[in-house]
This record gives sequence, C-alpha cells and structure tokens, in this order.
Amino acid sequence: MKISNQVIESHGLKLDEFSLIKKLLKREPNLLELGIFSAMWNEHCSYKSSRKHLKNLPTKGKQVIQGPGENAGVIDIGGDDAIVFKIESHNHPSYIEPYQGAATGVGGILRDVFTMGARPIALLNSIHFGSPKFFKTKSLLNGVVSGIGGYGNCIGIPTVAGETKFNATYNENILVNAMAVGHVKKNKIFYSKAKGLNKSVVYVGSKTGRDGIHGASMASAEFDENSEEKKPTVQVGDPFTEKLLMEACLELMKDNSIISIQDMGAAGLTSSSVEMASKGELGIELNLEKVPCREENMSPYEMMLSESQERMLIILEDGKEENAKKIFDKWDLDFVVIGKTTDSNKLVLKYNNAIKAEIPISALSSKAPIYDRKWIKKKLPKIKVDLKKLKKVKFEDALIKILSSANYSNKSWVTEQYDQMVMCDTVKQSGADAAIIRIHNKKKAIAVSVDSSANYCKAHPISGGKQVVCENWRNLISVGSKPLAITNCLNFGNPENPEIMGEFAECLKGIKESCEFLNFPVVSGNVSFYNGTNNKNINPTPVIGGVGLISKLDNPINHKFKKENNLIILVGKTFGHLEQSAFLEEVYSNIDGLPPEVNLVNEKNNGEGILEIINKELAKSVHDISSGGLVVALAEMSMGTDFGVKIDRPKKLTNSIKYFFGEDQSRYIVEIEKNNLEKTAKILKKNNIFFEIIGTTQMKYFEIQGEFKSDIKELYKINNQWYNNF
Amino acid sequence: MNSSVIVFPGSNCDRDIAVALEKVQFKNKMVWHKDTELPKSDLIVIPGGFSYGDYLRSGAIAGKSTIISEVIKAANKGCLILGICNGFQILTETGLLKGVLLRNKNLRFINKNVNIKVINNNSKFLKNYKKDQILEMNIAHNEGNYFTSSDHLKELNDKNLIAFKYCRSDGDVNSISNPNGSIENIAGIFNSNKNILGMMPHPERMIDNLISNTDGINLFTSLIK
Amino acid sequence: MEKQLQLNSRKNKLKFSVTVTLKKDVLDPQGKVVKNTLINLGMNNLKSIRQGKYFEIEIDANDESKAEESIDKMCKKLLANLIIEDYTVKKIS
Repeated sequence: MKISNQVIESHGLKLDEFSLIKKLLKREPNLLELGIFSAMWNEHCSYKSSRKHLKNLPTKGKQVIQGPGENAGVIDIGGDDAIVFKIESHNHPSYIEPYQGAATGVGGILRDVFTMGARPIALLNSIHFGSPKFFKTKSLLNGVVSGIGGYGNCIGIPTVAGETKFNATYNENILVNAMAVGHVKKNKIFYSKAKGLNKSVVYVGSKTGRDGIHGASMASAEFDENSEEKKPTVQVGDPFTEKLLMEACLELMKDNSIISIQDMGAAGLTSSSVEMASKGELGIELNLEKVPCREENMSPYEMMLSESQERMLIILEDGKEENAKKIFDKWDLDFVVIGKTTDSNKLVLKYNNAIKAEIPISALSSKAPIYDRKWIKKKLPKIKVDLKKLKKVKFEDALIKILSSANYSNKSWVTEQYDQMVMCDTVKQSGADAAIIRIHNKKKAIAVSVDSSANYCKAHPISGGKQVVCENWRNLISVGSKPLAITNCLNFGNPENPEIMGEFAECLKGIKESCEFLNFPVVSGNVSFYNGTNNKNINPTPVIGGVGLISKLDNPINHKFKKENNLIILVGKTFGHLEQSAFLEEVYSNIDGLPPEVNLVNEKNNGEGILEIINKELAKSVHDISSGGLVVALAEMSMGTDFGVKIDRPKKLTNSIKYFFGEDQSRYIVEIEKNNLEKTAKILKKNNIFFEIIGTTQMKYFEIQGEFKSDIKELYKINNQWYNNF
Repeated sequence: MNSSVIVFPGSNCDRDIAVALEKVQFKNKMVWHKDTELPKSDLIVIPGGFSYGDYLRSGAIAGKSTIISEVIKAANKGCLILGICNGFQILTETGLLKGVLLRNKNLRFINKNVNIKVINNNSKFLKNYKKDQILEMNIAHNEGNYFTSSDHLKELNDKNLIAFKYCRSDGDVNSISNPNGSIENIAGIFNSNKNILGMMPHPERMIDNLISNTDGINLFTSLIK
Repeated sequence: MEKQLQLNSRKNKLKFSVTVTLKKDVLDPQGKVVKNTLINLGMNNLKSIRQGKYFEIEIDANDESKAEESIDKMCKKLLANLIIEDYTVKKIS
C-alpha cells in the first residue's frame, strides 16, 4: 500500500520528515511503521522544538540522583531516602472531556513516579481556566476538579497543594498540570534502561483497547467507509486498576526481579519499548498476538498506538517470570511475556510470526529530527502606568475587589474535594505557601509547592521565567524548608510561530538564571506546545513544582497569625511596583507595563535569612508576598484566625496604594514575639537584609492606619463567597 | 490484644489504621480479602478507601468477598468489629449494620475537619470518651449521607445506638453542622449488641498532634484492655 | 367533566426512556469489576457487562416526532457525553 501525502499529514508528519523516514529505513514505511514514527517523532516524545533550549537548563547538583530523561527526577534527602517527582500536562484531553482528561492526567503522572520504585506520597496540581464569564468555564472547572479528586482520592494518595487560576487567555485551551511526589530508598530506584540479551519483555496491567489512537482515526477514514466505529476515543481512567498496578509493581520491586521498567504513557507500547531499547542500546522484538486486548480484532497498528491507561512494560531477570506472575495474579492483573531483548538494535514487531514492522531504534530516538526553530525577542512594553491618570479608587474598595475575585478567593471549594489527609503524613493542608509531607515513620519532611506567573511571563518572558522560580523557592522557604530542586511544566502556544518560540526561549533563559543562582536544578519536566486555537495562543505559562527539605520536623510553621501583640516584620525592600499587579488587573483590567524585576542576590540572601529565623524558632508565622502585594499577604495571614493587624502608615513611601499593593519581589512577612526582636534583627542585619517593623497583630480587627479598618470575619466572608456563588 | 485489618483491593486507609492500632499496642495482622480464615482477633477493622473502586455501589462488591463471610461469623459470636468510612459502607452492604450511605447532599466529595459529638459512650468502643464530648475529626467521602427506615431510626434512638452526631464546635446539632445530609446528623452507629461500630469520620487520622490532633486516640485506647 | 380533563392531560403527556451507555470501544471500569465479581460468584456463562444510565422522561407534547426531537436534544445537550457515550431513545407511553 502506498502512503499518500494526506496520510502523512494526518499523522502530524511533514513531507520532509517523511523523506527522512525513507532515508533512515532505506525504503517506504508501511502504515504501522508510519504510525510508530509519527508517535515517536511528535513533539511530546521527541522534544524536537524544545530540546535545543532545554539542554541549557541546570540539571546537576549534589542533591540530584537522577535528572531529566527518566520517568521522573530523583533527589537525595539524606540518609537512605530519596524523593522522586515530576509534573506533566494533560491540557488538550481535559478540554475535550474534563473529568476523564484530568483523571488520566493524575494517573499518568503517578505511574511515572511508582515506575521508579517510589511509593507516591503526594499529588499537586496547577489548573488554569478561561474567564469566569466564559460559558464553558463553570463546567470545565467542575469536571477537572472532580476528575483530579476522583482519581487521587480513589487511589489513596493525598492531593496536598495546587493553584487554580482564571484568565481569558485559557478560554479555548485550559491547562491541567499534575505533579506527583514519591518516596524511595536510594538503593531501590528502578530505571528504564534495558540490559542483557534475550530477557523477557513483560506486559502488565490493564488490557489494550482502542483508546486515544490519534492518527489512526483520520488515516482510517481513507481505508474504511464505516470509520465511525473507529473514531478515537477519550481515555477513561480506572484508578482502581492503577491502585492494584501500583501495589503489584511495588511488591515485585522488593526483590531483584526487575531489570528495567517503563510506564506505557503517551504512544503506549511504542514509546515504552523504544525507550527501553534505546537507553540500553539494544533491540527489542515483540509478538503482538500476545498483547492482552480488550476489543476483538485489534490490529497491530491499534495495539502499538493505543493510549490505554494503567499499563507497564517490564524487562525481567531470567527465571523470575513465575514468581512475578504470582504477584500480578494476586492483584488480578494481566501478566504476559510479549517479547524479548535482542542485539539487532531494531524494533521488530511480529504478528503470528509474520514481521509487520522493522525499524532501527536509532531512527526513532537519536536520529529523530531536532529543530532550531526561528524565534524573535519579545518587544518589551514601554508604557508606565500613571496612577494619577486612573480613576481614583478607595483603598478599602480595591482590597475587597481583589479578595472577592475569582483568582484571590479562598479555594476550599476546590481543595475540600480532594482527600488531603489519607496516608496520615500531611502536616499542613492546602492553602498555605507550601504543603509539608512527613516521611513516613521519620523525623524529616519535605515541602512541596507549584507556582506560575503567566501575566509576568507574557509581559517580560525572561523576567517572568526568573520570577516564577523565585516565587516557588520563596514558598518553600516560608514553611521552613531548604529548597532542593524543581520540575517544570512548560505550557506554551504554537512553536512554529517565532514570537511564541521567542517566549519559550526567553522564559527558559529566565528559569535557567534563577535555577543556577539559587542552586535549584531542574530534575524533570514536560513541554506542552500548541496550546491555543486559530492562531490565538495562550499566555506563556511555565509551571514550576518545587521540593524542599525539612531535616527535623519538630515545630512546623505556617502563614497564619498565632497571637495578638506580636510584631509584624516586613523583610525585603518595598519600591511600590504596580505594573502587572493584581491591583491593576482586578481593579482596572490594566495589564500594561513590565513586571517587577527580581534581584537574585537579594532573593537568595533574604530567603536564607528567613530560613535561619525559622530554624532558630524565632518566627511564629511566615508568609511570602506575591501577587496582591503586602496587604493581600497580611489579609491571608489573618483570615480564618482570630488575629488581625494594626499596621502603621508607611514612613517613606507616601503613596499607600503603591506601598500596600505593589508587587516588589523577594519579600516576606514574619510574625515574632516582641522579646525576640533583638535576636531576629541581629540575624537580618548580619545577612545585610533590609527589614522594617510595620505594626503588630491585634484581636479581631484588620487595620491599616489612616486607610481602613474591618472585622477580619468580614474579610473572611468576602474572601469565601466567590466559589459558592459561582 | 489481637486485631485484624481486612484489606480489599482498593482499600487505602489500611496502613493508617494499622499505625493507630500499633500505637496503642494492638498486635495487628493484615488480612487479604481472598483469605479464607481469620486469625484469632479481639477486634476486626474494615478500613476506609475505595474497595473495588467503589464501582456499582460503594462497599457492595467487598460485601460479597470470601473473607466477609468469616467476618460475619465472628461478628455473630460477639467479636468487636469497627468499620470506618468505606468500612462502614461495607458493613451496611453486608447487613451487619442497618441503613445505607447515600451520596453526599452536595453531590461532591468532601474532605475537611468537622465536629462530632459523642452521643453514647457506654460501649467498649467509646468508654474513654465522655458523653456529649465534642471531637474534631476528618471526614473524606463521597457517600456519607446516612439514611435508614423510620422503624430503624426509632430503634437507634430508643436503644441508644447512635454513637456520634455531626455538630457545631459548641455542640449544637443542626442542619448547618451536617456536612453530608445524614438523617439526624448521624455520623456513626452501633448494632443492637453494640459489638459493631460503623462511622464515617476517620479516628485513625487524629492520633498525632503534628499531623492534626489526638481526638481519635481514645477510640483505640478504649478498645485495648 | 373531570374525566374529560384527565383524558386531555393524558393526551398531552408522552413518556420516553433514555438509555445512555459507554461507546463500544470505551473502557468501562465499573462493568469490568462487576463482571469479574459475578463470575467469582459462580455465574460462569457471563460473557460481558456494560453499565450505563437510565432515564424516564415525560414531556408535554402532542406531536410524537417533535417530542422525540426534543428528547434527542436533551440527550445531546446534557444526558449523554457524545465523546464517550451513546444513547437510545424509546417511547414508553
């Protein structure tokens, strides 16, 4: 059968890519082979547009056990403990079918973590929706939140932190990014690299169905009049089976049966087998008639491209099959030897002994095309916002407007749908700067957080990229953890558009700068391009997931005020930068100008100073100042407690709007007891950190002298109504 | 004393409950659902989670498993049985406890800390609590909306078989303090012999001040002799 | 008179059933577990189970084809998710 141009394009391949395939094969591919190339050469598997830029990111450090390139990154947290973590996007499926899309996103990222031998201990997510006024937003929000909860709650991994944001830029393309974190013993980490000849390749987990076969649908339209039946189907998540698969894999991992293991994620059987062979510089031969199928008459093409969930590929040591099968039988899961490793360096697919495909592994991996896509520098906005030219707003009205908005409202409507406590090691629940998860049966804990700043990145990609890493670092510091490493989920528009590619290149430049300076390397991640429709691309949205270490968890700290009459210290310099702030966006719908600059020297210095104050148990509560500025941070510390604040008028800055709503970076608020002032000041001075005492805590009232006074219960009420009215 | 925790495929609070039992010095064994024999036990716990994915009806399929018939036998001989969350749902599906747990009134999964009141402490499960004591416990469920026939409800009240009710922090039992729509704010009940307790809140999540509080620990200390 | 009214109202009400099932090739986790359990309970002749949802809908209408049209609309708009589900409509009375 001749492959037509239409078939090539329907597989998402360009004609010159097809020529390269012919060159590599030294012949025309058949349809199955074409499908395999399309899966391996697409953006998701090959990183063909992003690789050039990704390789500049810092990925090494004393704390790094495994950087990018494996199922997930691994970091050292001392003793024999290691943490495995990664974030991944499931944006497009979640827009089509929000519940299942989000659920399978969670399922996929969990597999990446337990594939490495780790027991998952926490889930996080970053979800972005369109404007609350957009007609689809409500049902998308409902579906995504219940999908994330539905999967995580059922499998029994706590969902401990996340962010939920709204912006019209995501109207036609929501973002659903899920992060999983697992704990593993250092000497029990499993990798995907195959080793040894003639080893059994074993298929375990769910059966293969016709789920998410993308190219197939369109291609098959040509070959089959009645193609309706073969339409691509959205993957349905089965958290129950995943729980069984997780327990079975972890049970098998207790002894030394597994040589290598790989989750069948996107491009399922194709990418998992190619990946294992390519890393091990081996060949692999599969007998497709042995693949457990859910439907009748599935073709090799469908088996190889199916994206059915909850499946794994394992390469076993000789003689371990019987024992391994017993474990999978116990958990009612399929366990079938479907092939073996070979020295051919080829992927060979047989069906009833007939060879159906034969492709050199290198053609699918190292020889896949890499693009140096054209990109242009962002033209930076020159406008400075002049407050005097805007309609005057009362301080109180501005604060209420922000606190009652979709983006700044209390998110308990969302977080209460997630089981945050199962496994009984969640020290602090969602809503704080970062969640703290105790390592089971140990004194130590990790802190985890996810962050994004799409508005900043849109206005100034380098500065935005820098800022989002710093924001994450600050959140980890605020709960008293030493930030160790990050994972990133890079959500961008169409990379074939030089402006978008420019946003990508420059955001990464910013991320690199911060990560290098803060010794905060990237150990895993995911790129999601083509977010947008009809040439309308989303704002660049790199999402950063970070992990920090608390070596001794005696006295966990959070951001809620603890007592009246304590001193409130503002750490870091306030200049009053308003452009790109929540104030201008929420009150004036103004998104002009540049975001605040990050000074990395101050960032590191201030963070380390705060950490020292927390470690010496001088701080009663700590909160970083992010969007919304000083006053929103203070409100967040008050709401839900009995303690408000009494803040003096600023001494230097005469404009109180700028002082209280400005979003200057690297700042924290610290609550201390009065008799600890001297010790605290000494630490800050020793580290050359700028700080000012801005007021005290008080019972019941939230008071900015000369501006505004309110009962904190009122603020709490204002902050809690948006979701319930939505 | 010996305890057994029954593990179904999809149970996910099994480790948590084992930690709580061992903390008060129970000698605990995990029992797989396909096992045909129960180890000698003074207490059997059916833990929370999503047995069989909660497919069909929560608890329904676990209620038909091999080991459950052994649990029923033990219960009829007077062995103490504790069902938490999904365990409570399984106990109602097996008929060991009457009534049913419907979907939450708001049709959403709810995870939060709520207040509950000890209605009857006169039992082996709750003797270390005071009557009317107010506790703060975590709930995490989709189907916690307890419902039963008017005859059984009368029996529950007449024979003092209600263990816990959802309440406000000041102890007031009203519709606002009812998180899931349960009839009469019921959060946990006994069978008529009071050797079986089913409850939706998770006492095993409340045994450590670092994580939450210790309001759940007395349930376990009550059981250990 | 009363009888007459009843007749009229009966005339104006049409009752339909709607069955929503997962599409043929979509994974049905519930059906899978229920099937395995029934087999374990000894129902060996069981070949397959697919679960779905069932609705009974009454609408005010005289014209049957128009009524069916509006039921069809309900299915497309809300009752079924056409990406993963199919539906069938039947007239009951």
